Amino acid sequence: MASFLFGAAGFVLTMVALGLIVILQRPAEVDHMMAAQLLGTGGVAVLVLLAAATETPAIVDVALLLALFAAFAAVAFVRSASGSKSESRERASGV
Amino acid sequence: MKLAFDILTVFAVSAGSIFFLAGTVGLIRFPDALTRLHALTKVDNLGLGLIVLGLLPQANGVFGALKLVSIWLLVQLSGAIVSQLIAGAVRQRGPQR
Amino acid sequence: MTILSVFDIGLAVLILGIGVWAIAAREAFAAVIGFVVYGLLLSIAWVRLSAIDVALTEAAIGGGMTGMLMLGAVARLRSAKGNDAPTSMPVRLVTGALCTLVAAGLAIAVLSPPEVIPTLAPMAMENLPQTGLGNPVAGVLFVYRALDTLLEKVVLILALLGVWSLAPDGVWGGIPGLRVYAHPSSTLTFLAQLLPPVGIVVAIYMCWVGAKEPGGAFQGGTILAAMWLLVMIAGLRNVPSIDQRWLRLLLVVGPVIFLAIGIAGMVLAPAFLAYPAGYAKPLIVAVEFALTLSIGVALGLLAAGTPERVQRP
Repeated sequence: MASFLFGAAGFVLTMVALGLIVILQRPAEVDHMMAAQLLGTGGVAVLVLLAAATETPAIVDVALLLALFAAFAAVAFVRSASGSKSESRERASGV
Repeated sequence: MKLAFDILTVFAVSAGSIFFLAGTVGLIRFPDALTRLHALTKVDNLGLGLIVLGLLPQANGVFGALKLVSIWLLVQLSGAIVSQLIAGAVRQRGPQR
Repeated sequence: MTILSVFDIGLAVLILGIGVWAIAAREAFAAVIGFVVYGLLLSIAWVRLSAIDVALTEAAIGGGMTGMLMLGAVARLRSAKGNDAPTSMPVRLVTGALCTLVAAGLAIAVLSPPEVIPTLAPMAMENLPQTGLGNPVAGVLFVYRALDTLLEKVVLILALLGVWSLAPDGVWGGIPGLRVYAHPSSTLTFLAQLLPPVGIVVAIYMCWVGAKEPGGAFQGGTILAAMWLLVMIAGLRNVPSIDQRWLRLLLVVGPVIFLAIGIAGMVLAPAFLAYPAGYAKPLIVAVEFALTLSIGVALGLLAAGTPERVQRP
């Protein structure tokens, strides 16, 4: 069971690697923004499989944090891409 | 009972991995950013869901199983939101970028 | 060649590849994306090295906060003028040579360790039950090297002061110029309404579990900072001006409580930052909660940036 789960983790990692190579080679910024989401799904799968394979429940916590911060990073990417319609608040009266 | 659980794990994790393969193939081969988004967020999420399903019997008690399910729900939420945000960015720039 | 070593080698190759891509990227935005991906992958590498606390921190800081900080810098660079001169080739060559030297030095140090590796790990594990903690990393952070942890938290506040000091005189004490993605009722608003409650629960869990399992105040604080930033970016809450009392109070509550317990240790226990017998764990948990709040506010303000405008009365 452990070696099967390790093998599955390696397979998913290979899929993530292939996806990353393809995404990052494309010139468009929009494609690069997907990298965080890819890691958020694939990386979480790899970690969860590793947690079950090594029987270390703490790794599931790392997967939880990875999911949270991959979402956060993806939001930051979209917001900061050039040409995105984001602006500082220009309100005159502050609060 | 343990054997049944192990068989479930093997099947579900394998199915999940196949969906990851399908998602990556879609990411590589689809022509357009919007279609690639579909492959990324929907198919990979389903792969993760199947993997989580397969790992539930191996989980560390009820709390561990709940953590796994909540991770999957979190990734679902982020996938839904991020795909909408990126699609909005694609629409802003026009089809070529 | 077991499956595991294939996995590890594949992961290492992938991380190196992403690193090279991030360096070779033509645009700053692409380079930052490469760096964030590198950080997230590195957390998987830390897991494989059995350093789970470091993996948690890498996913939080390297993935989320550093990316946020650098994207803010990229955005400011874009709107700043006169920054188009690329670095000259000699400078780049020298930088590359220096980095290679440092990397080679580190590689030699790691790959050829002395015969008896000096380590305090057995001694640390031996004395851990006395502290009541189950997580050796928490033991090192709050018992054996508590002074270092206290100073680190103060350094965080100093870094924040450094960022604030970049504000022009007229807007000192004003509102940080965090760029907001202000579309009302957009999907981002939905995320910013749904995710922060989950994030807060996870942050409390991280801080609480840090005494026994991998986790702790720093990871919990980073989650709080990220959730706060998300709420501000989506426009659900205004960015506070930095002269608010509650903000400054929250910033210092962590180090102050830590320091107070340390000074009390001079009276109630043998030395500064020593804990009275039997009370170590509750005191440490209390310090961790206070530190989580402070770290959350400090990191959030670091990412929000320098004050750019003043609140009109």
